[in-house]
Amino acid sequence: MSQLLPPGFFTATVPLNAYLILSAILFAIGACGFLFRKNIITIYMCIELMLNAVNLSFVTFSYQFGKVDGQIYSFFVMVVAAAEAAVGLAIILTIFRNRGTLQIDEIDSLKN
Amino acid sequence: MDVILFTFFGLVAIVGAVSLVIQKHPISSALSLVSVMVALSVLFLLLGAEFIAAAQLVVYSGAIMVLFVFVIMLLNAGAERESRKAGLAQFLGLPLTAVLLVFASYVITQSMSNAKAVKFGAFTGGGPREVGWALFTQYLLPFEVTSILILVAIAGAVVLARKEID
Repeated sequence: MSQLLPPGFFTATVPLNAYLILSAILFAIGACGFLFRKNIITIYMCIELMLNAVNLSFVTFSYQFGKVDGQIYSFFVMVVAAAEAAVGLAIILTIFRNRGTLQIDEIDSLKN
Repeated sequence: MDVILFTFFGLVAIVGAVSLVIQKHPISSALSLVSVMVALSVLFLLLGAEFIAAAQLVVYSGAIMVLFVFVIMLLNAGAERESRKAGLAQFLGLPLTAVLLVFASYVITQSMSNAKAVKFGAFTGGGPREVGWALFTQYLLPFEVTSILILVAIAGAVVLARKEID
Protein backbone atom coordinates (compact mmCIF):
# COMPACT_ATOMS: atom_id res chain seq x y z
CA MET A 1 0.00 0.00 0.00
CA SER A 2 2.63 2.51 1.04
CA GLN A 3 4.69 1.83 -2.10
CA LEU A 4 1.83 2.87 -4.34
CA LEU A 5 1.55 6.33 -2.83
CA PRO A 6 4.05 9.17 -3.38
CA PRO A 7 6.57 9.66 -0.55
CA GLY A 8 5.39 12.02 2.19
CA PHE A 9 1.75 11.39 1.38
CA PHE A 10 0.77 10.73 4.99
CA THR A 11 2.94 13.44 6.52
CA ALA A 12 2.05 16.33 4.18
CA THR A 13 0.64 19.41 5.87
CA VAL A 14 -2.16 21.77 4.89
CA PRO A 15 -1.37 25.48 4.49
CA LEU A 16 -3.17 27.70 6.98
CA ASN A 17 -4.55 29.81 4.13
CA ALA A 18 -6.62 26.84 2.96
CA TYR A 19 -8.61 26.97 6.21
CA LEU A 20 -9.14 30.73 5.89
CA ILE A 21 -10.26 30.43 2.26
CA LEU A 22 -12.63 27.59 3.17
CA SER A 23 -14.07 29.87 5.83
CA ALA A 24 -14.49 32.68 3.25
CA ILE A 25 -16.23 30.27 0.83
CA LEU A 26 -18.67 29.11 3.51
CA PHE A 27 -19.37 32.71 4.49
CA ALA A 28 -20.05 33.66 0.85
CA ILE A 29 -22.41 30.71 0.37
CA GLY A 30 -24.26 31.71 3.53
CA ALA A 31 -24.54 35.31 2.35
CA CYS A 32 -25.88 34.10 -1.02
CA GLY A 33 -28.55 32.04 0.71
CA PHE A 34 -29.43 34.98 2.91
CA LEU A 35 -30.03 37.12 -0.19
CA PHE A 36 -31.84 34.58 -2.38
CA ARG A 37 -34.04 32.53 -0.12
CA LYS A 38 -37.58 33.55 0.82
CA ASN A 39 -38.32 31.15 3.68
CA ILE A 40 -37.62 32.83 7.01
CA ILE A 41 -36.37 29.61 8.67
CA THR A 42 -33.92 28.91 5.83
CA ILE A 43 -32.64 32.48 6.04
CA TYR A 44 -32.08 31.91 9.73
CA MET A 45 -30.08 28.75 9.00
CA CYS A 46 -27.94 30.72 6.51
CA ILE A 47 -27.09 33.14 9.33
CA GLU A 48 -26.01 30.18 11.47
CA LEU A 49 -23.81 29.00 8.57
CA MET A 50 -22.11 32.41 8.41
CA LEU A 51 -21.52 32.34 12.19
CA ASN A 52 -19.92 28.90 11.81
CA ALA A 53 -17.64 30.16 9.03
CA VAL A 54 -16.47 32.99 11.28
CA ASN A 55 -15.84 30.46 14.07
CA LEU A 56 -13.55 28.54 11.72
CA SER A 57 -11.58 31.75 11.09
CA PHE A 58 -11.25 32.40 14.84
CA VAL A 59 -9.99 28.89 15.54
CA THR A 60 -7.56 29.08 12.59
CA PHE A 61 -6.05 32.31 13.90
CA SER A 62 -5.86 30.75 17.34
CA TYR A 63 -3.67 28.05 15.77
CA GLN A 64 -1.54 30.61 13.92
CA PHE A 65 -0.72 32.64 17.04
CA GLY A 66 -0.52 29.62 19.35
CA LYS A 67 -2.92 31.16 21.85
CA VAL A 68 -6.28 30.03 23.17
CA ASP A 69 -7.94 33.47 22.88
CA GLY A 70 -9.39 32.85 19.43
CA GLN A 71 -11.12 29.74 20.70
CA ILE A 72 -12.60 31.73 23.59
CA TYR A 73 -14.09 34.18 21.10
CA SER A 74 -15.45 31.27 19.09
CA PHE A 75 -17.00 29.94 22.31
CA PHE A 76 -18.71 33.27 22.93
CA VAL A 77 -20.00 33.31 19.35
CA MET A 78 -21.54 29.90 20.03
CA VAL A 79 -23.23 31.12 23.22
CA VAL A 80 -24.62 34.20 21.48
CA ALA A 81 -25.83 32.02 18.59
CA ALA A 82 -27.68 29.77 21.02
CA ALA A 83 -29.40 32.73 22.69
CA GLU A 84 -30.17 34.22 19.28
CA ALA A 85 -31.67 30.94 18.05
CA ALA A 86 -34.00 30.73 21.05
CA VAL A 87 -35.28 34.31 20.69
CA GLY A 88 -35.34 34.25 16.89
CA LEU A 89 -37.33 31.04 16.68
CA ALA A 90 -39.80 32.42 19.23
CA ILE A 91 -40.20 35.49 16.99
CA ILE A 92 -40.74 33.23 13.95
CA LEU A 93 -43.39 31.35 15.93
CA THR A 94 -45.16 34.62 16.77
CA ILE A 95 -44.99 35.83 13.15
CA PHE A 96 -46.46 32.56 11.93
CA ARG A 97 -49.24 32.73 14.50
CA ASN A 98 -50.17 36.29 13.49
CA ARG A 99 -49.65 36.18 9.70
CA GLY A 100 -50.01 32.49 8.84
CA THR A 101 -47.01 32.51 6.48
CA LEU A 102 -43.24 32.03 6.51
CA GLN A 103 -42.52 33.78 3.17
CA ILE A 104 -40.66 37.00 3.90
CA ASP A 105 -42.07 38.82 0.86
CA GLU A 106 -45.58 38.41 2.25
CA ILE A 107 -44.59 40.00 5.56
CA ASP A 108 -44.13 43.57 4.36
CA SER A 109 -46.60 45.70 6.33
CA LEU A 110 -43.79 48.08 7.36
CA LYS A 111 -43.30 49.00 3.68
CA ASN A 112 -46.76 50.46 3.16
CA MET B 1 -3.30 12.27 6.59
CA ASP B 2 -3.88 15.95 7.31
CA VAL B 3 -4.40 16.66 3.62
CA ILE B 4 -6.86 13.79 3.17
CA LEU B 5 -8.93 14.75 6.20
CA PHE B 6 -8.94 18.44 5.34
CA THR B 7 -9.89 17.84 1.70
CA PHE B 8 -12.63 15.36 2.54
CA PHE B 9 -14.29 17.33 5.33
CA GLY B 10 -13.76 20.66 3.58
CA LEU B 11 -15.60 19.26 0.55
CA VAL B 12 -18.33 17.87 2.81
CA ALA B 13 -18.73 21.32 4.35
CA ILE B 14 -18.92 23.09 0.98
CA VAL B 15 -21.33 20.56 -0.54
CA GLY B 16 -23.51 20.73 2.58
CA ALA B 17 -23.53 24.53 2.46
CA VAL B 18 -24.51 24.58 -1.23
CA SER B 19 -27.20 22.00 -0.51
CA LEU B 20 -28.46 24.16 2.37
CA VAL B 21 -28.94 27.05 -0.04
CA ILE B 22 -30.49 25.19 -2.97
CA GLN B 23 -32.84 22.76 -1.17
CA LYS B 24 -36.46 23.81 -1.36
CA HIS B 25 -37.68 22.13 1.81
CA PRO B 26 -36.57 23.50 5.22
CA ILE B 27 -36.03 20.01 6.68
CA SER B 28 -33.53 19.14 3.91
CA SER B 29 -31.78 22.45 4.55
CA ALA B 30 -31.59 21.70 8.27
CA LEU B 31 -30.03 18.26 7.66
CA SER B 32 -27.49 19.81 5.25
CA LEU B 33 -26.60 22.33 7.96
CA VAL B 34 -26.01 19.47 10.42
CA SER B 35 -23.54 17.87 7.97
CA VAL B 36 -21.72 21.21 7.62
CA MET B 37 -21.43 21.52 11.39
CA VAL B 38 -20.12 17.97 11.88
CA ALA B 39 -17.53 18.54 9.13
CA LEU B 40 -16.48 21.81 10.76
CA SER B 41 -16.06 20.11 14.12
CA VAL B 42 -13.57 17.67 12.53
CA LEU B 43 -11.68 20.68 11.11
CA PHE B 44 -11.62 22.21 14.61
CA LEU B 45 -10.07 18.99 15.90
CA LEU B 46 -7.41 19.16 13.17
CA LEU B 47 -6.61 22.71 14.33
CA GLY B 48 -6.13 21.47 17.90
CA ALA B 49 -9.33 22.98 19.32
CA GLU B 50 -10.59 19.91 21.16
CA PHE B 51 -13.00 21.68 23.47
CA ILE B 52 -14.51 23.82 20.71
CA ALA B 53 -14.96 20.73 18.52
CA ALA B 54 -16.90 18.98 21.28
CA ALA B 55 -18.94 22.12 22.00
CA GLN B 56 -19.67 22.47 18.29
CA LEU B 57 -21.13 18.96 18.22
CA VAL B 58 -23.10 19.31 21.45
CA VAL B 59 -24.31 22.91 21.20
CA TYR B 60 -24.68 23.45 17.45
CA SER B 61 -25.51 20.16 15.82
CA GLY B 62 -27.19 18.97 19.02
CA ALA B 63 -29.13 21.72 20.73
CA ILE B 64 -29.57 24.45 18.13
CA MET B 65 -30.41 22.17 15.21
CA VAL B 66 -32.92 20.24 17.33
CA LEU B 67 -34.58 23.58 18.07
CA PHE B 68 -34.69 24.36 14.33
CA VAL B 69 -36.13 20.97 13.38
CA PHE B 70 -38.63 21.26 16.23
CA VAL B 71 -39.88 24.65 14.98
CA ILE B 72 -40.03 23.45 11.35
CA MET B 73 -42.18 20.49 12.39
CA LEU B 74 -44.29 22.59 14.77
CA LEU B 75 -45.13 25.09 12.02
CA ASN B 76 -45.54 22.31 9.46
CA ALA B 77 -43.42 24.35 7.07
CA GLY B 78 -43.73 23.08 3.51
CA ALA B 79 -41.60 23.69 0.43
CA GLU B 80 -40.85 27.29 -0.37
CA ARG B 81 -42.94 28.99 -3.06
CA GLU B 82 -41.36 30.88 -5.92
CA SER B 83 -41.07 34.57 -5.25
CA ARG B 84 -43.35 36.88 -7.20
CA LYS B 85 -41.10 39.93 -7.22
CA ALA B 86 -37.37 39.93 -7.85
CA GLY B 87 -35.65 42.55 -5.75
CA LEU B 88 -32.36 44.29 -6.28
CA ALA B 89 -30.67 41.60 -4.18
CA GLN B 90 -31.65 38.91 -6.72
CA PHE B 91 -29.70 40.61 -9.51
CA LEU B 92 -26.73 42.02 -7.60
CA GLY B 93 -26.44 39.29 -4.97
CA LEU B 94 -24.39 36.70 -6.86
CA PRO B 95 -21.87 39.11 -8.49
CA LEU B 96 -21.33 41.03 -5.27
CA THR B 97 -20.84 37.85 -3.22
CA ALA B 98 -18.35 36.61 -5.84
CA VAL B 99 -16.49 39.93 -5.57
CA LEU B 100 -16.45 39.57 -1.77
CA LEU B 101 -15.06 36.03 -2.04
CA VAL B 102 -12.34 36.96 -4.55
CA PHE B 103 -11.35 40.01 -2.52
CA ALA B 104 -11.22 38.04 0.74
CA SER B 105 -9.11 35.29 -0.86
CA TYR B 106 -6.74 37.91 -2.30
CA VAL B 107 -6.32 39.63 1.08
CA ILE B 108 -5.78 36.29 2.82
CA THR B 109 -3.11 35.09 0.39
CA GLN B 110 -1.37 38.47 0.39
CA SER B 111 -1.35 39.21 4.11
CA MET B 112 -0.86 35.70 5.52
CA SER B 113 2.41 34.94 3.77
CA ASN B 114 4.12 33.91 7.04
CA ALA B 115 1.35 31.50 7.98
CA LYS B 116 2.26 28.18 9.59
CA ALA B 117 1.38 24.88 8.01
CA VAL B 118 -1.33 23.09 9.92
CA LYS B 119 -0.20 19.78 11.41
CA PHE B 120 -2.45 17.75 13.66
CA GLY B 121 -1.04 17.67 17.18
CA ALA B 122 1.28 20.67 16.76
CA PHE B 123 -0.95 22.94 18.87
CA THR B 124 -2.17 21.38 22.11
CA GLY B 125 -3.41 24.50 23.89
CA GLY B 126 -7.07 23.95 23.07
CA GLY B 127 -8.10 21.29 25.56
CA PRO B 128 -10.81 21.83 28.21
CA ARG B 129 -8.15 22.61 30.82
CA GLU B 130 -6.59 25.50 28.89
CA VAL B 131 -9.92 26.89 27.68
CA GLY B 132 -11.37 26.72 31.18
CA TRP B 133 -8.30 28.41 32.65
CA ALA B 134 -8.57 31.32 30.19
CA LEU B 135 -12.33 31.51 30.63
CA PHE B 136 -12.24 31.77 34.43
CA THR B 137 -9.26 34.11 34.77
CA GLN B 138 -8.76 36.50 31.88
CA TYR B 139 -12.29 36.31 30.47
CA LEU B 140 -14.22 36.01 33.73
CA LEU B 141 -16.26 39.22 33.29
CA PRO B 142 -17.43 38.44 29.72
CA PHE B 143 -18.26 34.92 30.85
CA GLU B 144 -20.46 36.19 33.67
CA VAL B 145 -22.11 38.77 31.40
CA THR B 146 -22.94 35.89 29.03
CA SER B 147 -25.01 34.26 31.77
CA ILE B 148 -27.13 37.43 32.01
CA LEU B 149 -27.54 37.37 28.22
CA ILE B 150 -28.76 33.77 28.37
CA LEU B 151 -31.17 34.67 31.19
CA VAL B 152 -32.61 37.54 29.12
CA ALA B 153 -32.88 35.22 26.09
CA ILE B 154 -34.81 32.63 28.12
CA ALA B 155 -37.20 35.28 29.44
CA GLY B 156 -37.61 36.76 25.96
CA ALA B 157 -38.32 33.40 24.33
CA VAL B 158 -40.91 32.52 26.98
CA VAL B 159 -42.66 35.91 26.70
CA LEU B 160 -42.68 35.83 22.88
CA ALA B 161 -43.80 32.24 22.42
CA ARG B 162 -46.45 31.98 25.16
CA LYS B 163 -50.07 31.55 24.29
CA GLU B 164 -52.37 34.48 24.96
CA ILE B 165 -54.60 33.56 27.87
CA ASP B 166 -57.69 35.67 28.43
